Order: sequence, then C-alpha cells, then structure tokens
Amino acid sequence: MPQSHRLPRGGRIDRARPLHFTFNGAAVEAYAGDTVASALLANGVKLAGRSFKYHRPRGILTHGADEPNALLSVDRGPGRVDPNNRATMVEATAGLKVASQNHWPSLEHDVGAVNDWLSPVFVAGFYYKTFMWPRAFWDKFYEPAIRAAAGLGVAPDAADPDRYVHRHAHCDVLVVGAGPAGLAAARAAAQTGARVILADEQAELGGSLLHETTAHIDGKPAAEWLAESRADLAALANVTLLPRTTAFGYYNHNHIVLTERVTDHLADPAPDLPRERLWQVRAKEVVIATGAHERPLAFADNDRPGIMLAESVRVYVNRYGVAPGRRIVFVTSGASAYRAAADAKAAGLDVTLVDVRPDSAIGAERALIAGVRHLTGHTVLGSTGRKSVTGLIVAPVTADGIIGARTTLPCDCAGLSGGWTPSVHLFSQSRGKLSFRTDLDAFVPGSSVQKERSVGACAGTFDLAAILAEGWAGGAAAARSEAARDFAVTPATPVGFKPVRVLRSDADPAKVRAFLDFQNDVTAKDIRLAIREGFESVEHVKRYTTTGMATDQGKTSNMAALGILSEALDRPVPQIGTTTFRPPYTPVTFGAIIGASRDALFDPIRQAPLHDWAAEHGAVFENVALWRRAWYFPQAGEDMHAAVRRECKAVREGVGIFDASTLGKIEVTGPDAAEFLNRIYPNAWLKLEPGKCRYGLMLKEDGFVFDDGVVARIAPDCFHVTTTTGGAPRVLAHMEDYLQTEWPDLKVFATSTTEEWAVIALQGPRARDVLAPLVDDIDLSPEAFPHMAIRTGHIMGIPTRLFRVSFTGEMGFEINVQADHARAVWEALVARGAPFGITPYGTETMHVLRAERGFIIVGQDTDGTVTPDDLGLGGMVSKAKPDFVGKRSLARPDMTLPDRKQLVGLLTEDGRTLLEEGAQIVADTRQPVPMTMLGHVTSSYDSAACGRPVAMALVAGGRARINDTLHVTTPTGFTAARVVPPAFFDPEGKRVNGIAGTNTHA
Amino acid sequence: MRRFSLTSLLSEAMNAHQGWPRQWRKPDPKPAYDAVIIGGGSHGLGAAYYLAKQHGLTNIAVLEKGWIGGGNSGRNTTIIRSNYLYDESAALYEHAVKLWEGLSEELNYNVMFSQRGVLMLAHNVHDVQSFKRHVYANRLNGIDNEWLTPEEAKAFCPPLNISPDIRYPVMGAALQRRGGTARHDAVVWGYARGADAMGVDIIENCEVTAIHRGPDGAVTGVDTTRGSIKTKKIGVSASGHTSMVMGLAGVRMPLESFPLQALVSEPVKPCFPCVLMSNAVHAYISQSDKGELVIGAGTDQYVSYSQQGGLHITTHTLDAICELFPQFTRMKMMRSWGGIVDVTPDRSPIIGKTPVKGLYVNCGWGTGGFKASPGSANVFAHTIARDEPHPINAPFTLDRFRTGRLIDEAAAAAVAH
Ligand SMILES: Cc1cc2nc3c(=O)[nH]c(=O)nc-3n(C[C@H](O)[C@H](O)[C@H](O)COP(=O)(O)OP(=O)(O)OC[C@H]3O[C@@H](n4cnc5c(N)ncnc54)[C@H](O)[C@@H]3O)c2cc1C
Repeated sequence: MPQSHRLPRGGRIDRARPLHFTFNGAAVEAYAGDTVASALLANGVKLAGRSFKYHRPRGILTHGADEPNALLSVDRGPGRVDPNNRATMVEATAGLKVASQNHWPSLEHDVGAVNDWLSPVFVAGFYYKTFMWPRAFWDKFYEPAIRAAAGLGVAPDAADPDRYVHRHAHCDVLVVGAGPAGLAAARAAAQTGARVILADEQAELGGSLLHETTAHIDGKPAAEWLAESRADLAALANVTLLPRTTAFGYYNHNHIVLTERVTDHLADPAPDLPRERLWQVRAKEVVIATGAHERPLAFADNDRPGIMLAESVRVYVNRYGVAPGRRIVFVTSGASAYRAAADAKAAGLDVTLVDVRPDSAIGAERALIAGVRHLTGHTVLGSTGRKSVTGLIVAPVTADGIIGARTTLPCDCAGLSGGWTPSVHLFSQSRGKLSFRTDLDAFVPGSSVQKERSVGACAGTFDLAAILAEGWAGGAAAARSEAARDFAVTPATPVGFKPVRVLRSDADPAKVRAFLDFQNDVTAKDIRLAIREGFESVEHVKRYTTTGMATDQGKTSNMAALGILSEALDRPVPQIGTTTFRPPYTPVTFGAIIGASRDALFDPIRQAPLHDWAAEHGAVFENVALWRRAWYFPQAGEDMHAAVRRECKAVREGVGIFDASTLGKIEVTGPDAAEFLNRIYPNAWLKLEPGKCRYGLMLKEDGFVFDDGVVARIAPDCFHVTTTTGGAPRVLAHMEDYLQTEWPDLKVFATSTTEEWAVIALQGPRARDVLAPLVDDIDLSPEAFPHMAIRTGHIMGIPTRLFRVSFTGEMGFEINVQADHARAVWEALVARGAPFGITPYGTETMHVLRAERGFIIVGQDTDGTVTPDDLGLGGMVSKAKPDFVGKRSLARPDMTLPDRKQLVGLLTEDGRTLLEEGAQIVADTRQPVPMTMLGHVTSSYDSAACGRPVAMALVAGGRARINDTLHVTTPTGFTAARVVPPAFFDPEGKRVNGIAGTNTHA
Repeated sequence: MRRFSLTSLLSEAMNAHQGWPRQWRKPDPKPAYDAVIIGGGSHGLGAAYYLAKQHGLTNIAVLEKGWIGGGNSGRNTTIIRSNYLYDESAALYEHAVKLWEGLSEELNYNVMFSQRGVLMLAHNVHDVQSFKRHVYANRLNGIDNEWLTPEEAKAFCPPLNISPDIRYPVMGAALQRRGGTARHDAVVWGYARGADAMGVDIIENCEVTAIHRGPDGAVTGVDTTRGSIKTKKIGVSASGHTSMVMGLAGVRMPLESFPLQALVSEPVKPCFPCVLMSNAVHAYISQSDKGELVIGAGTDQYVSYSQQGGLHITTHTLDAICELFPQFTRMKMMRSWGGIVDVTPDRSPIIGKTPVKGLYVNCGWGTGGFKASPGSANVFAHTIARDEPHPINAPFTLDRFRTGRLIDEAAAAAVAH
C-alpha cells in the first residue's frame, strides 16, 4: 500500500520529486529527502529485519546512526552490494534494491526463530558451558552450526568497481556536528576569519533543528534560523561545509578522520566521482557538537516492530512527514517525549502518553500535551503483537511500588524515552577524561587532553537557548575570540528526566526479557546473570553478554547496562566506570580507509632503467622487494632451465650483460665519511685509497650480518656505497639512525642515489673487448685498472663511474651511468658485443654464477643469525679497531662456539638430485622424531659449469665436517650429500684476473 | 565448582539460571602467600592454575591491576599454531597446542579451540625458501605443516585470489591444519575459574607498586594498591608492562614495548574458512564465530605505552587485506584497538629465573604469545614451583642475550603471530 502512512503535509521531503526503490523485491514509493527508513515507514512497512541471536522480528528503532535493528543489504548494481547498512542512514535513491538480512527462508517466516523458543537455554555465555563433548564435535558440528546462525548480512563476493579517495586538510577550527550547537560554533568561529570545517553525518546540515517545528530563535521559526545560518556559512570562503561526513576517529595531535559519502545517494553518479572521500584533518582546535542519543526503556518484549524512540517518532512526523503509526503510545521517564507527543498529536495522530514518573514529578512539560490521554506513575509490563506491536500492557504503580490493575493500550507504534546519553565518543577517543553527572545520569566530557571542547547536548546541555549560547561561545573560543552571544528561544525546551533501569514489573525478573542491546539480543536478565557469575567489571559484562559489541557499538544500550550493573552491585555508576570508546564512531568502509591504494597503486612497482628493453626482449620478470627484475630471457622453445644454462654458459665463455641497477646505492660524503664507514662496517676503511673498492659486510648491534656490498672510494671525502636490492632503505635508515642518535658529531651526509645510477654489469672473459671501444678516457688494461678498482671517466661521452668488480667470478665491469643514459649505453654494448655472442642474463643466472663461486646472498644464505665467521669471512672483522657496530655482540661467548652453523657446500652423492632450498640436514636418518637437525640448504642450483647441481648450506660445525656425508630432506625422504667447501668453480678466484680457473668439485 | 554441562545448563534453564555460582571469588588480599603472580592474563592465570593443580601450591594469588584478561589476553586476534622453525620454539609451541587440544575438557570451560588451519602465503622466492625450511624442520620435529601449491591453497581457502596478475602473486603456501583460533576471554575465565576452585585468590584492581627484597637480595613481598603482601616467590607475567614491573625489583629487561593494533569488520555470514597470513603483503585475517573478519598485522613503528595506535598502521593493514581479497573493500571496520606488546631482541620469549632470588619472569611474547598460553603457563609454573626450569623452557633464559645463544624466529622467518 504505497505511502499509506505519509502525512498529507509537512516534512522536509520534496513531494515534487517522487522516486522508487525496492525492499525485498517489492516496490517502495518515496520522495527525495527520505531515508530508506522513513520511506519504509511511509509505506507501512514495520518489519525490517531479524535479530542476531534469537531471530526476533525487529523494526526501525531510531532515526540515525545509532540504529541497531534495521540493517539492510543494499544493492546499487553489479559489484555494488554491501551488507549491514542502517536503513536510517541510507538515503532513498531511485533504483536502489534493499533487502532485509539474517533470515531463512524469508523475513516473514524465519526458521531461525526457533532460537527464540530456546532462549531459556541460549542465555548470555551459554556456549562456554556446553558444546564440549565429544571433543571432535566442536570443529565438525557445533562451531559450523553456530557460525551459520551468526553473522548478519552476506559479505560481497565480487571486486568493488567503486573508487575511494583521500583528502588531507588543515583548518583552524573543525566543528563536528551541525545541529544548533555546531552551527552556532561554526558561525562564531567563521566570523573571526578562521578557516572552519563543519561536518555532519546527515544529508542535511541542521541536526535537531531539521525536525524542530515549534521553537523560534531570535523571533524567527527555527527552520528559518537554520536556513539563514546555512546560507551565511555557505557564503564564506573560509568555511568548508561537509554534509554526509562522519568524524569517526580522533587520533593524536588533533588528527581527526572523517569519511564523506559522495555518491551513495545519487541514482546516477558521474563516473569520475569517488564513492567515499576520507578526510584526514589536522585542526588547531576541535569543537565537538555531536549531540546525544535517546535511551529506550527496558520492559518485557520492548523490541517489537513499531516500538521506537520517542524522538524518532517526532523526527519521522516532522522531518519526513510520515506517521510511524496511527495510534501511538509514548512511554517516558522525562520531559522531551512530551514535545514528541505534542507534535504527533498536531499531525493528527492518536496519542497516549504514559509517564513512569509520579504525577507530582511532572513539570511544565505537562502543558504541551493538553488533550492527550496522559497516564502518570505507570509502568509498562509488556507488549502484544508479533511482527508489529499491537498494544502495550500498562499498570499504575503506587508510591511504595505496588502494581495496580493492568490495561492494554492498543497501538501500532510506541515511542520510548528513557532520557539522553551525550555522545562523548570522540571526546573519549581524544583521551579526555569523562566525568559523571548524577543529575543527568550520564557521562559528560571532563578534563581535556587535546585541543578540543564539547558544546551542546554532547556536553549535557539540552535547553536550546543554552545550546546555542554554548555553541557560540565554544566556536568563538576555538577561534581565539571572546565574542559571546545570547539567543532568545521560545518556547523553552522541555528538559529533565528520571533515570530508570528496568521498568517495574510484578513478573519474575529472571524470566522477563527486557532488551537492552537490541542487535545482539542482550536482556537485562543477561546482565544480571553475568553479575551473578562474578563478571563485575563493565568490560567483563560487555564481553560475557556481548552487550554493546554489535554494529551500533551500544549507542542506545551502554548506559542501561551500566545502570543495571550499578544497581546490582549497589555501587554508583562512576565507580563502575565506562567501557573505552574506540574508533570508529560508526563502521567505516574498508575502501575509504585504503583510498587509492589498490591494484597498481597498492605497492607501486619499481622498474629499473632497462626494464623496457628487457620486456621488449622477452624477459620473464620476478618480484624482488618493490622491484620487478628480469629473471631470465627465454628464447623460442626454452624453459627457464634451458635459458639459464645458456645464459650461464655465455657469461663463463664469452660475455653477458645484466641490469644491476636495483642495487642500493648510497653516497656517503663529508670530512668524516671514512671514519663513519669505519664504525658502521667491521672491516677497515681509513686506508682505502681513492680509486679502490672494498667489499663490506654490515652488521647490526647484535653482531649478525645485516647487509653487504661493494664500497668504492671516489675521493677522500666521498664513498659510493652499494647495498643489496632489498636492503637499500634499511641500510640508509640504519646509517641515519647512527648519524642522528649515536654520532651526531660526525660530519657526514648519506644520500640515496639508487635511482640516479643505472648499473650495467658486463661480465665474462670478453667483457673488456666489448667495453674498450666505447670508453673514452679510462685505461682498461689490467695493470692500470685491476680488479676491485673504480675509475671515473666517460663512456660514449657520458660520465661514468666504472667499477671493475665481479659477482659472477668472471672478469667484469659494472658501468654506472646516469639512469637517463642507460638504454643508449646498454644498446651500444649489445651491438658491440654481438660478435662475441653477448647475452643478456637475468637474476636467476646471476644467482647460479655467484653460487658456483660461493658468493653469498644476504637474506638467502644468511638469515639474521649468521656472523661473519659463520660465513668463513671472520678475517674481515678488524681486531684492531676500537669499535664498530656489532663489536660487543661478537664477543659474546656463544658467538664463537665451534658448533655454530657455518656455511659449507653440499654435493649430492648421486650427482643428479637438485636439493630444495630450505631442506633440512641430518646426520642419521634412522633416529626417531624429533630428529636432531644440523642445518639447512640455503642455495641450490643446477650448475652447467660444474656439470651437476651444487648447493650451499648452513651446517652446525660445518667446516669440521668437510667430506662427511650428511642427509638432506626431499619431498619424499632423504638424499645423501657430501660436505665440501662452499666454492665449486674456480675456488682460487683466478678468473676475475683473466686466468682460466677450474671446477674443483665436479 | 559447579560443573558445566548440557545437563547443568538445561536444569538451570528450568531454574531461570538462578543457581550459577560466581566463576571466581572476589577475595581481599591476604597478608601473605606462598607465591604471587603479577598479571592476570592467560599466562599468569594459567601459571596459577598449574601451580595449584600440578604442584600443590594453592596458597597463592594472582594480582591484576585492572580486570583479568584486560591486557593482551583480551585484545589479541587468537591465532594458534606451532609450526615454528627452531627446535626450542617448536617444542614450546607444540607443548601448548597439545594442551589446547584438551583445554576445554581440562578446564570444563568451552574455550572454542577451533582447528580450522593456518595458511601462510608465499609471495616471492624468499618466502618459498623460508616456508620450505619450516615445513621440513617441522616434519623432522613431528609437527604438522605442509607445503601447498597455489591451487591447493585456493582449494583450502576459496576466497583467495591466486591470479598471476596481482601485485604479489601467490607462489604457494604453508598449511598447519592443527592451527586455528580460540576464544580469548574464555581461556582467561576458564583458568581463573579453575584456579579459584582450587583455592587460588584472584585479586583484581590490585596494582603492584613495589617489590621488596631482603638483605640477601631475595624477594620478600610486594606493595599493591590494596595493601602489602608478603611472599617469597613472585612470578611476573605482565606482558607489555613487564619492564616496569621488573624495574620495581631493580632488574632491567631487554624488552621494548610497542603498540600492536587489530580490527574487526561488521559481522557477516560465514565467508572465510581458515586463518590466513601473508607476511610479504603484510596482514592476516580470520573470521570469528560471530561472523566478524578479524584482521591484524605488525606493530606500530615506535615504542609507546599508549594503547591507541596510529590510523596509518590500520590503513596499511587494510591495504594488504583488500589487495588479497578485493571483494572485501565494501566491508566495514566496526572496531579497532591496540595492545602493548613486549618485544625481545630475538623475538622469542623469556621464561625463567632472574638474577633476583625468588623472582621469575615470563615475558617477551611480543605479537604472538596467546597461542603459547597453556604451554608457557605450564612450564612457568614448573619453574616457580621447583626453582628450576622445565626442559622446554630451559633455553628461554634471560641470560641468552648476554651469551648470544639466541632463538631468533624473526630473523629466520620474519613472521609475526
Ligand atoms: C592486537 C594484538 C593481536 C595479537 N594477536 C595474537 C595472535 O593472533 N596470536 C597470538 O598467539 N598472540 C597474539 N597477540 C599476543 C598475545 O596477546 C600476548 O602475547 C598474550 O596475550 C600475552 O598474555 P599475558 O598473559 O602474558 O599478558 P596480558 O594478557 O597482557 O596480561 C598481563 C597483565 O598484567 C597486568 N599488569 C601489568 N602491570 C601490572 C602491575 N604492576 N600489577 C598488577 N598487574 C599488572 C596487566 O593489567 C595485564 O592484565 C596479540 C596481541 C595484540 C595486542
């Protein structure tokens, strides 16, 4: 029945713009300005979902972010389906498909509702007491059943086509919440010229003024004052207005994070718009004006569809022009519901108001409801109906608590008001201390830690005139002004309430199910059960009963639970404390948090200067740290194995060319550069002459190898340090750490030059022949330019730092040129090398070649537990230097034990089996499990040069086991291998000097 | 202690659950105990339980400055596994997993140990080498851990994206089928209830403010916010605050305290069958019995005692999750939080005696000590009762940082949790 409950007049909806969406497949008529919740109510829909545990039918409880019940799945097209949206916060949009959740087979008929019958068993924490027998049943049966019943909506299963963006902003004053307090604050701050951001989670700025139809501010209707305020602010260049924007986290140093919903309310958004925009704001001052949440009242079956908050009834009537029911019973313990009742009555609805307070306690608010049926000093004993409320059972209560005759008040809607809870979430997240106000029965902001202030209802101020004045003063103070302002408001706001916990009842309290946390189905008796079982801290009660842990995080329930706890323990609320408020204030889309960091931007791919050349020449790439490196260059018909064999052979017999640009490079300069390196590395640097290179192993404080690389001295005060590809950032950070914290007196700069220099490795017996014709001004003869030397000069007229170094065991050069020139130089070398069969090779070949020579890769042959001596490089560690990083740790007794794991070579006895990297090594395969492991294989390759597979390993006491036979794990068992020194080809290292070497172990 | 069972639950259901007693008493501290444990987390309460149960020490107390389980025991993401590399660690964590397998029955409290399997993804050659090293080492130590191809990993965890086109394609995975999760609060409460039933006093809101030592240097007692207590044995199990507590006895610890954050999504119907960890992409995820996706990663970068970490850490974690599971970008973060974890230089715990007579410490669990709770509590109790370590915790000395006999799991794998 379309719009059966739309009022003929009123509301801020645009009746000229009707639209349609569907709910569980049925058409719903709405107007622009509706939320899904208001539209459902306008269409007479009460049943909106099923609760989490008992699958109870539930309706719409609230009108805002605190909604625990009406959680819907929203479908905005393919890939745009997401669960658990609060109907009260989703704007009615043409074409939307929304659906209720957590039921089977349908919302109306839900098999899960048997849980409701079992509720006497399914009390708080029942699952800790059972499901333990037989043991195996937990994984196989109980848990899957519990899981299937739990959860709310269905997770999306397709990738999200929407985009999300981040925006960083600074401002003088951030005002969160655009109700009367926030608007006044923003206006006061903006007047001073301060840069102001005003954000509100609602579609329209205005907060409670959006449904204020009676009050006049400074003589104007509230709506007019609101329109003027909005227009004033919108006209100012120093003000940014952010509707649909929720501040969800208050972090350190006034860092507030907000999420703006940009397109969800648009039926046909422009394709370039992001779905959400995450604002990271640094504000000099924050004004929190986030209002308050109304509390429902607890009585038996207080959760039937149609039962909502009193103020929500008022909002639906005034703001949306909707009658949530035709016959409404308000139940209240305070004054504000009188206004709601009056407004409902003014809209022509049948209204009864039940006040739990005695008649004598009722103040001026009484005047608001002239002509309304008014029961005072009454309690509610229960409700009738199932999928919709049909009546409330009420009875008078005498001063001494005697319950009189009960009457059922027929109704199709009830509005509950148990008072108000200031929304102190952001304040609490800022780590401000809350203080308890007994008169308000609520926590309010106490002392601040960060630069913020709370104004209006979130600070416990409920009178509109006071709210406006407080907001104004707060905004002004935040902008360093003292301009105060008073506001004249008529009529006065009805304020004040009597805190009540569970409404008085003559039923056995242990049997009454009075719901507190509607979503998680936590009742007052669950809280009492928890207390009975010794869960007395709020956090324990919360965890044991799950109260406040649902998607609404207890906005409507926390104070009630706390109140019951306080009563049961007979301790005042402040002594019980409150649970910590943690971000986010309301759930935040993962997409908004990650922003652009997806696909190609997740972790940008670093490409070496010769990447394109490699790609054009058929390279297969591998990921190495952030880099994508050429792995091997297969030719037609070749697999990796064949390609690598060919590439290796070319380097050993002719010449190969390799892009080594990803190596980290750090320029260490300054008068103390040599002294600095002398302290950072364990070997000696002071005497290294300009023009010479030296291999350096870098240690951490713990004495273990951390990185390695060749360092060249370019000039007395300038070193060209190289690092491993993955280690570059760590090494620079390590250097900076020492420079800044340990040795600030050293005059040294460390600058990353990784990207500046392209490095072309030209390796093999013919390397000099290829290079020589291109080099202009460097004498390449072995005498003039020996191994481990560095020369600066020009190649093809381009400045170069030319290294004579080798990581392959062959004679070779590493040509450093500025990255822009890399391709020209590379192509010229390739052209020059053609007659020598020059062969581009990738990282795999590089690995094989270096392993044949026994050169280590830090991170592969070492793992952070390896000392220089373990690698057989103990000789590199200076005995003479007074200190270097790691020196003290190397002196620890365990660092020199003979049974430490040492780097050795391994050759499988069958000469064929290629060991697996990571395989474990034992001496005796017949020992029982757990076996004694001696070490593991670190590197293992098929070596063409040796004609067999070779491997390196870390083996306990390995150097003393040379020639022993050990056993290495394989996927199916073990294979025998002989321990050898870790160098398989040219062990004396003659080939780097152009002398043919031999293969020792084959 | 009133036994929990389906029968007792049903009979209480008839009785509107009026007959359940307190799960643990709320005693005032006595003037003296045979031993006190500082810290009411799963490790401290577990130690008290085993001291009473296996060593007959029942005149003991657990002193907790807040509410039990309020530290990391109630903040962690509950991943349990034992596929650690080194023999020492493997023995310790496997001891724990074996105890987990019988813990619900042992405590008569359903701790919901769910052996759903822990899958660790390899994304580069280095990961493959490292995971195989673990798989082989575990095999020889009798611990289950298997190597899966990408297709096998996908079969085990269908939401996984094994397309070669993602930034770091999955090259394989290690799977420990006996790994999984448990309900953290239940472990804390179960140990508390069990220990209490044997006479252990669990004293909440009782912060230790001083540790007293006699002329011979041995401990003689503590001062607390609820009065002084005499005792000759003190077991410290204070996780992120261990340095501060040990400082009260004049012992400096090789620990750094960092915030570690985690988050959960809104609850959804079952969509994620196991625990999945990716160290290279850097995040881990599982789904709780309530339906929330439980997500975490590494610690914040800077040392701090503030339980509020920075949003950029969460952001990075979610970047990684959405890279692996792009279908989750429309899910929503419901709650995020942090805990303070105590990290040792070699990322392995310290369980044992200290230079002060009568003072024992169990700490350094960093980002991954929940899984060890029963095992570590069990050997810690042994150490306190006998004044000598159990063979399983003997290698985890404080002294190893002086001698250099480290147990460097992080160096070996750089895997957290
Ligand atoms: C976000 C996060 C995720 C994690 N995820 C995992 C995971 O998936 N798997 C895993 O195995 N581990 C994980 N961990 C680590 C795990 O939580 C801890 O290692 C483990 O819980 C430590 O238990 P505990 O009992 O030693 O410490 P806690 O539970 O922290 O207990 C220490 C107690 O000592 C108390 N205390 C401190 N000082 C004093 C004092 N002076 N007097 C009295 N009491 C004091 C504290 O209040 C606290 O309750 C995670 C940790 C965090 C923070």
